Amino acid sequence: MSNSPMIQLTDVKKGFPPKQILNGVDLSVEKGQSLVIIGGSGSGKSVTLKCVLGLMQPDSGSIRVNGKETTNQSGRGRKKMLRSFGMLFQGGALFDSIPVWENVAFGLIHGNGHNKSDAKEIAIEKLRRVGLSPDVASLSPSELSGGMQKRVGLARAIAAEPEIIFFDEPTTGLDPIMADVINDLIVECVQDLGATTLTITHDMASARKIADHIAMLYEGKIIWHGPKGDIDQSGNAYVEQFINGSAEGPIEMALFKP
Amino acid sequence: MKNPLSIIGSVILAALSELGRLSVFSATAISHMVRPPLYWRLIAQQMWFIGYNSLPVVGLTALFTGAALAQQIFIGGSRFNAESVVPGVVVIAIVRELGPVLGGLMVAGRVSSAMAAELGTMRVTEQIDALVTLSTDPFKYLITPRLIAAVITLPLLILVANTLGVLGGYIIGTERLDLNGTTYLQVTIDFMKAADVYSSLVKAAVFGFFIALMGSYHGYNSRGGAQGVGKATTNAVVSAFIAILISNLVITVIVFGGAS
Ligand SMILES: Nc1ncnc2c1ncn2[C@@H]1O[C@H](COP(=O)(O)OP(=O)(O)OP(=O)(O)O)[C@@H](O)[C@H]1O
Ligand SMILES: [Mg+2]
Repeated sequence: MSNSPMIQLTDVKKGFPPKQILNGVDLSVEKGQSLVIIGGSGSGKSVTLKCVLGLMQPDSGSIRVNGKETTNQSGRGRKKMLRSFGMLFQGGALFDSIPVWENVAFGLIHGNGHNKSDAKEIAIEKLRRVGLSPDVASLSPSELSGGMQKRVGLARAIAAEPEIIFFDEPTTGLDPIMADVINDLIVECVQDLGATTLTITHDMASARKIADHIAMLYEGKIIWHGPKGDIDQSGNAYVEQFINGSAEGPIEMALFKP
Repeated sequence: MKNPLSIIGSVILAALSELGRLSVFSATAISHMVRPPLYWRLIAQQMWFIGYNSLPVVGLTALFTGAALAQQIFIGGSRFNAESVVPGVVVIAIVRELGPVLGGLMVAGRVSSAMAAELGTMRVTEQIDALVTLSTDPFKYLITPRLIAAVITLPLLILVANTLGVLGGYIIGTERLDLNGTTYLQVTIDFMKAADVYSSLVKAAVFGFFIALMGSYHGYNSRGGAQGVGKATTNAVVSAFIAILISNLVITVIVFGGAS
């Protein structure tokens, strides 16, 4: 079992009738690897991530995390699995009813049973790790800028030192400089922890910075998968169009298909 | 043109499946009440929000309704030279029906909508998903504390409402209608039966359950951005109103249906 992939999806299908979103996704992420899934808006990137996290049930197919099938897991097994996960949500998804530090410490207190004062110390340390000073700790999330919220979200994702971290569009909505700062932070934090990561994005600059491997999702399938260095010579018309951000190409045709 | 029978059929089916989902939702929430841990701090927060913040509107409603009622009963009673029925009828009407029902509706307007808006926003901003990924059960953390708090708080609120309703009647009765104050209170106490108070509190607890249930259910299941949250808020209030009115009738028939 020790050299089975950390995350493995086999023929995963998911539809919201009448639409079929995932149509047989095959994907694997090795331990310690950083995989970035790229794909257009509405291609099902977030759905893929939610299936892996167990926030959504796939209609069919298998999802293995660390060798264990997750799609039919019991409550306790699932809870154990979730404790090894960290997740940075697209919009931050910070809890606005509690202060910043409690957001960061949330998983430690409620998931891992730390007491509050220890958890607060760890939270402040993690906030420092993402470049936020301790006086941010007592603010409410709604008092922070978008970039700061992303940092808090990142601190929350790494707080419990997870083995696997998921990033949903970590740079959307940020200016290019702040986006790059977040990319650097992600790379550093992941290296610190030696974590395996799965990221979804449509920001190619971010993908190039974070990824070891890149996979492209299109019409419910992974149409290309390879080391990031190979993406410029993918020889795949869809991938080329996507990374060049060009309006001309096969993808446009597909979008306007009735 | 669709067959009208098939339209009726699909409407009924949709209503039944909604009812089924609601039952599963409440069963899940209730099952967490008996499984530790309970989040006492959150329960206390919700009790404060539901109870203390609703006191003014519930109190005012009861006070003014009790007063208006006394005036009307006095007018009606005087046609039969029976002005002395005022305290008895006021206390029965307030404690059995108007206190809990009007209070419940007022709280539903405030609380079901606020819960639906808060949970709906948490849903569409992925905060509920975030809870799950932080190994916290959203039912345990969000829904169950709201249900417990509402079931405990509503009876307390309605106790206050009933008292203020009677007080409203007393004030009009003694200040305007020249009824004797001591007699008024004596008649009130003589008329009120234990069953009146119990049924009032049971109603309040049941209404509290529905207020929190509808707010939570519609908020938790809302989707589709700000518009979805708005719809959830409206649906929460409307369905809480309906649940309160129906369950009130059911409890009234069960408790008082036999005799007097
Ligand atoms: N709960 C749901 N119910 C119905 N349809 C859904 C649901 N969740 C997602 N979808 C649909 O699935 C499709 C893929 O959505 P998804 O959020 O995965 O896209 P995405 O690739 O993450 O796009 P973006 O880059 O814009 O975030 C969309 O067409 C969306 O409408
Ligand atoms: Mg998405």
